[in-house]
Amino acid sequence: MEILVCVKRVPDTSENEIEINAEGNDIKRDDLVYSVNEWDNYAVEEAIQIVDRVGGSVTVVTIGSEEDADTLRREIAMGANKGVLISDEVFDGSDGRGIAAILKAFVEKDAYDLILSGAQAEAGLAQTGGMLAAMLDYPFASLVNSIEILEGNKLRIGREIDGGNKEIHEIDLPCVLSIQTGINEPRYVGIRGIRKAASMDIPTLQASDLGIDMRFVGRSAARVKRTDYFVPATGEGAEMLTGDTEEVVERLVDILKAKGGIK
Amino acid sequence: MPALITSPARCVYGVIPGPILFSAITLIGIACFAYIVAKRLVPLARGEHDPRFDRLNVRLAKVLKYWLGQWKQPRYPTAGILHIILFAGFVVLAIRSISLVMTGIFEDFVVPGLSGYAGHIYNVVKDYAVTGVFISAAIAAIRRSVFKPERYSVPAKYGKDHTAEAVLVLALIAALMVSESLFEASEAYGWTPNGQVTESPALFSLAWIFKCALVSTSVHTLQLLHLSAYFVHEITFFFFLCFLPMGKHFHVITSLFNVYLMKLDRGSVKPAKWSIPDEKLDEVESLGVKQFEDFTWKHMLDFYSCADCGRCSDNCPANASGRPLSPRFITIKARDYCFQHYPVHGIPGESHALVGGIYSEDEIWSCTTCGACEEECPLMIEYIDKIVDMRRGMVDDGNVPRSLQKPLKALENRGNPYGKMEKNRADWTKKEDFQGTCRVRILNEKNKAETLYFVDSITSYDDRIQDIARATSRILDRFGREFGILGAMEKDSGHEVRRFGEEMLFISLRDQNIDAIKACGASEIVTADPHAYNALRNDYGGKGLPPVKHISETIAEQIRRGRIHLNPVQDPNRIYTYHDPCYLGRHNRIYDAPREVLDAIPGLKRVEMVRCRDRSFCCGGGGLMLFYEPEEEQRIGVLRVKMAAEAGADVIVTACPFCLVNMEDAIKVAGMEGKMTAIDLTELVERHLALQEQ
Amino acid sequence: MARIFAYIVHKAGVVDDSAAELAVAAKRIDAAAPVTALVTGFGMDLDAACNSLCASFEEVWKISSEALAYPDAGLVRKALVDILPPGSIVLAPHNTFGMDMSPGLSIKTDSAFVPDVVDIEGCEETRLKLVRQEYGGQVSAHIGCDISSGVVLNIRSGAFKVEECSVANGVVVDHSIDMGDLTGIHRRYIETVEAEMGDVDITKEEVLVSVGRGIQEQENIAIAQELADAMTAAVSCSRPIIDAKWMEKSRQVGTSGQTVKPKVYIACGISGSFQHMGGLKGNPFIVAINKNPKAPIFQAANVGIVADILEFLPALTNRIRRL
Repeated sequence: MEILVCVKRVPDTSENEIEINAEGNDIKRDDLVYSVNEWDNYAVEEAIQIVDRVGGSVTVVTIGSEEDADTLRREIAMGANKGVLISDEVFDGSDGRGIAAILKAFVEKDAYDLILSGAQAEAGLAQTGGMLAAMLDYPFASLVNSIEILEGNKLRIGREIDGGNKEIHEIDLPCVLSIQTGINEPRYVGIRGIRKAASMDIPTLQASDLGIDMRFVGRSAARVKRTDYFVPATGEGAEMLTGDTEEVVERLVDILKAKGGIK
Repeated sequence: MPALITSPARCVYGVIPGPILFSAITLIGIACFAYIVAKRLVPLARGEHDPRFDRLNVRLAKVLKYWLGQWKQPRYPTAGILHIILFAGFVVLAIRSISLVMTGIFEDFVVPGLSGYAGHIYNVVKDYAVTGVFISAAIAAIRRSVFKPERYSVPAKYGKDHTAEAVLVLALIAALMVSESLFEASEAYGWTPNGQVTESPALFSLAWIFKCALVSTSVHTLQLLHLSAYFVHEITFFFFLCFLPMGKHFHVITSLFNVYLMKLDRGSVKPAKWSIPDEKLDEVESLGVKQFEDFTWKHMLDFYSCADCGRCSDNCPANASGRPLSPRFITIKARDYCFQHYPVHGIPGESHALVGGIYSEDEIWSCTTCGACEEECPLMIEYIDKIVDMRRGMVDDGNVPRSLQKPLKALENRGNPYGKMEKNRADWTKKEDFQGTCRVRILNEKNKAETLYFVDSITSYDDRIQDIARATSRILDRFGREFGILGAMEKDSGHEVRRFGEEMLFISLRDQNIDAIKACGASEIVTADPHAYNALRNDYGGKGLPPVKHISETIAEQIRRGRIHLNPVQDPNRIYTYHDPCYLGRHNRIYDAPREVLDAIPGLKRVEMVRCRDRSFCCGGGGLMLFYEPEEEQRIGVLRVKMAAEAGADVIVTACPFCLVNMEDAIKVAGMEGKMTAIDLTELVERHLALQEQ
Repeated sequence: MARIFAYIVHKAGVVDDSAAELAVAAKRIDAAAPVTALVTGFGMDLDAACNSLCASFEEVWKISSEALAYPDAGLVRKALVDILPPGSIVLAPHNTFGMDMSPGLSIKTDSAFVPDVVDIEGCEETRLKLVRQEYGGQVSAHIGCDISSGVVLNIRSGAFKVEECSVANGVVVDHSIDMGDLTGIHRRYIETVEAEMGDVDITKEEVLVSVGRGIQEQENIAIAQELADAMTAAVSCSRPIIDAKWMEKSRQVGTSGQTVKPKVYIACGISGSFQHMGGLKGNPFIVAINKNPKAPIFQAANVGIVADILEFLPALTNRIRRL
C-alpha cells in the first residue's frame, strides 16, 4: 500500500514555555525546541506498521522551509521510506484551505492509496485532513484510533467519540484519515538513527513543480487570518486558601460540608 | 618381600592388562575432554572483542585473593565454608589425581618433588583433604536435597529444578573420595615392592576409617577392593572431567580464567564496541547486543562460569520486589541457549534474537544497575555491562518503553529529563531566603573558580531536591571555598542515559559537559550526587578532567583537619541509620567518610542496618529509573525503609538525591509517615554547622 | 447579512446542550438576525427534536431520511451541501462530529472555516472577528475571517454561557426534498461500540475526587481513593491517566471521556485543560489542588489551594475521618 503522511514541525509544548512576544504578533521563538507534531508521529508509526504487514511504502511530506526537513529526516530514521519538502515563499500566510490546496496538488502527482495526518497540531485547528479529502473528493474520517485492512480495497476504521465509545465505519480506498493519539505506541528514534539520516538529501518541490490552484494560496488569498496573540484578562478565578496545611484543611472541610461534599 | 596387594599396573582386568586398560581410559578421557572444551570455545571465537590481557600484576593479585583465597565465599557462611573446603581439597588433590592416573600405568610413578619427606607430608595433607571433601560433599548433598535453601529454588517459569544436577555432582565427588580412600585403605596392610611397610593413612581420615573397617578382611578381598576401587576411581574421574563442561561445574575449570580476566574498572560501563572509537560509532551497522554472538567472548565465558549458586539473585533488589529479573537466570538462560545452539555434538544452530526470545523486555529494563549481583558473585561474573549492551540493542531497534521516551527526548532537547529550560537550571540559587545569605557564582570562561560544584539535573530542577543544592552550597561556603556552578551550560551527566542504552546521547551530553568544565578553569569538582560522581570519575575517564570528590569526602576531610565543628544533634532522642547509596558505596567504595561525618555530630545515635556497606540494598534506582514503570509486587524503596525500621531507626540518612526521593516516596506508600523520616547528609550537616570560629 | 444556521446534535429525541450554546453564539454575530436550526435524522426522534427547538430558534429546518437515522458526518455533509443556500453562515459544535464534518463542508460550500471558536467579538460587514486558543490553551489569538462567500464555525463546548431566553415561536419547515441522493459516499457507518462499563459509573456520582498528572505515579492513586472513601465519593481522572493506562477509560472526565454533573468536584493535580473541563457540566462546586499556582484550573475553580496533592490529600483524609 502506498501511504502518504502529512507531518508538521511544531514547538513541543511540554519542553517549552510559550510566551507572547512584545509585538503580540507571534510567540517568543529564541529558546524553543521543535519536534514533529505528536499526532503526526502516531500517524507515521501507524503507516509504518501497515506497510510492515502488507508491503508498500511510506512517504512523509511537509510544507515549510529547510529546517522542517529535519522532521522528515527523523521520520525516515523512524522507518518511513521517503520524504518530500514543499517549500516556496508564495505559500507564506496561507490559511488552512491554502495548505490543503498545496497538499492536493502534491497528492495528484502520484498515486497514494491512503493519506494520513495527525488529528490536530499546536494550533488545535484539526482541519487539514478534512479539507484535503473534500478537495480530492476522497472519503474522510477523523479521530481514527484503529485501522483494519479488508479485502477489496477498503478499511474498517474506528473513530474515537465521546464517552470512550467507538464509531466503526467501512471506508473505501483511496481515502484520507486523521489519526488520534493512542492508536499505537510509536517506536523510539535514537540519536544514532537521527544522525544517520542527518546527511540524507530531501527533495524539495516549489510552487512551479506542482500544479497548484493559486486562488487559495498565500497571504492575500487567505480568508482566515490571525491578527494577533494576546493573554486574556483573567476573571476572578478561584478563592485561594492560604496558610499552613492544618488551617487550610480545616477551612476546606467547612466549605465541603456546606456544599454537600461530605456526607 | 613381595607386596601383599598388587598395584593395578601389574594386574589384568578380565583380559586386558592394567597399563593398557588405563592408558586407553586416560587417552580417551583426555581426548573427549579436549574435544568438548574445543566445542565449547567455538562461540567464543565468534564473540566480540574484549581486551582483558592488560595489567598483569593486578590480575594476578586478584587471582590470589578471589580464586585462591576464596575471598567472597564466607559472605554466605555455611555454603562458604563448605565450598572453601571443597575448593582447597580439589587444589590439593590435583596432584593426587595425576599420580593416581599414572599409577595404573606406571606402578612406581612418583610426582616430581614429592619423593621422600615432602611426599610424606603431602600424603598426610591429602588424606585430610579427601576426608574434608567427602564430609563437605555429604553435608552439601543433604543441605541441597533435604533443607533446600531458598536461593537455589527455580521459579516455575525458568524450568525444572536444578537439585538433581547438584546432588549428582556431589555424589560423583563423594564417589571419587570414597574410591580413592578405599584404594589406599585396601593396601594399608601390605608391603611396597621394595619391602617397606605401606604408609598408614593419616589418623581419623576417611582412608584410616576404611582401613580400620577392613582390619579382618581377607587378602583376596582386599586385592579385589584395591583393583575395583582404582577402576571406579579412574572411570569416575574421567567421566567427571568430561561432565564438567556440560553444566554448572564447568566453573571448576573456567573459574581461574574468569577471575584472571575479570573487569578491573569499577563503576564504568564498557564502551559500545571496544574496537570502535566513539566518533566512528555512527557508521556501525548495528549497536548493542541483539543476538548471542554480539556478546564479547569474555561475557560468553561468564555464562560458562556460573556455579548456579543464586547469591546474585538473593541480593538483587529487583528480584526481591517481584520484578521479572533474576540475575542468576540471565546467566543460566544464556548458558543453556549457548549449550543448545553450540552443541558438543552437531553444528551450531541458527541465531535468534535474545530479547523477545530467552529474555523479556521488562526483564532487561528492570535492572537498577546497583551492582549487588556483581559484588556477591564469587566467580566475578559481570551483569551490568551485559544488561546495558542488551538495552543498547533495544534502543538501536527503537524498542524503548513509552515511559522512557519522553524523558529521553527531553534530555536530547533540553539536557535534562524534565524538559525544563536550560536558563532555569540555576533557579534554585534564587530562592528568597537563600539568595542573600550565600553567593553561588555561575562559572564560564570569563568567570572562573577553583572548585566546581556539579549539581546535575534532579538537584537543579526538583523542588524538594533543590534543598540539597542549597545545603551543599552553604557547606562549601562555610569551608571558605571559592566555588561556582556551570548553570545553564551544565547538562545532565548522562549517567543513566548510558545505562539505559542510549550511548550516542550519553556521548553528546558527556562531550558538552567536558567542554564546559574545562572552560570554567576549576581544579577540582565537588558533587552531592553519586551518579554524577560516578559519571565524572569513571564514565568520563581519560578526558583530562580535574579530580572529583563527593561532598561527604570533603566534609569528612574538613572535620579531620578541625576546620569545621558540628553542633550537638538537634533531636537526641532519634535513632539515625545511614543508607549506603549504590553509586557512592558499592561502586566507588566510599563507606567511611559519610559515617565519619555522622559520628562527628555529638550525641547522634546511629545504628547499622543488616544490609549495609557493600551489601547495601538499593533504594530503587535513580535517573531514568524514576520514570520507568516496572511490574513489581512491592516497591524496592518500601523494602528498604522497612529494613531501616527493623534496625530500630526512625531517621534514614542518605547521601544521594535519588535515594532521598525514593525513601521519602516509600515512607508515604508504606504508610510510615510520622514513624520514619529521610534526610540527606548535606541537609543534616547544614543544620548542625557551628558558628564560624575566628 | 447572510443567513445564519446552527447544526443541531440530538439523540433519542433529546437535543444536546450545544444547541443552546450555538444560539447564543449566533446572536453575537448579529443580535438581530434570525437563526435557523438544521436538524437531520429520521422518524419520531427527529420530530421530537425539531419541536423542542421551536422555543429557541426562529426557524427549524427538518431534514429527514432513513439514511440519516444515525448522524454519519459524511452523509450529513452531503445533505447539507445540497440544502444550504450559498454564502451561509453555519455554526456547529466543535466535538467529534463537528471535527468530522465541518472542514469538508467548508470546502464543498466554498466557505471559510474556523474551528474551535471560544469567543465572537462581532461582525463588520463581511469581516467576522473571533477568538481562538493555541498551544494547548496557553495563548489566545484574535482571528479575522472573510465571510463574503460564507463561513462554517465550530464552536467550543461551554465557551458561550447560555442564559434563559426564549424566542418567538419557531416554525418547523421540512426541507427533506431538497436533499440529493445520499448514496455512493464511499464511507459507511457500521455500528458504535460502547466503552466497557467499569465497576463505577462516574456520571451518576454526586461527589468526585479527580486525579491528573500531578498524582505522578500509579501507586499514588490509592491516596485519592482513600479521600474518596472518606467522602463517600468516587475517583475519576483526566486523559493522561488513561493514556498511561493507570485507570480504566470509564473513569475519564472530558470531551473524549465521560460527561459528569456532580455537585462537588475535587480536582487534584489537574491542570484544567478545556478538553477535561469540557466533561464537567451542571455547574459543580470545584475545588482545585495543584502545585502550580498558574494552572488554568484556578480560573475555573471555586476554591483553589496551591499544594502538593501527595501531602495535602492524606492530611485532608485524616481530618475528614475524625469528623
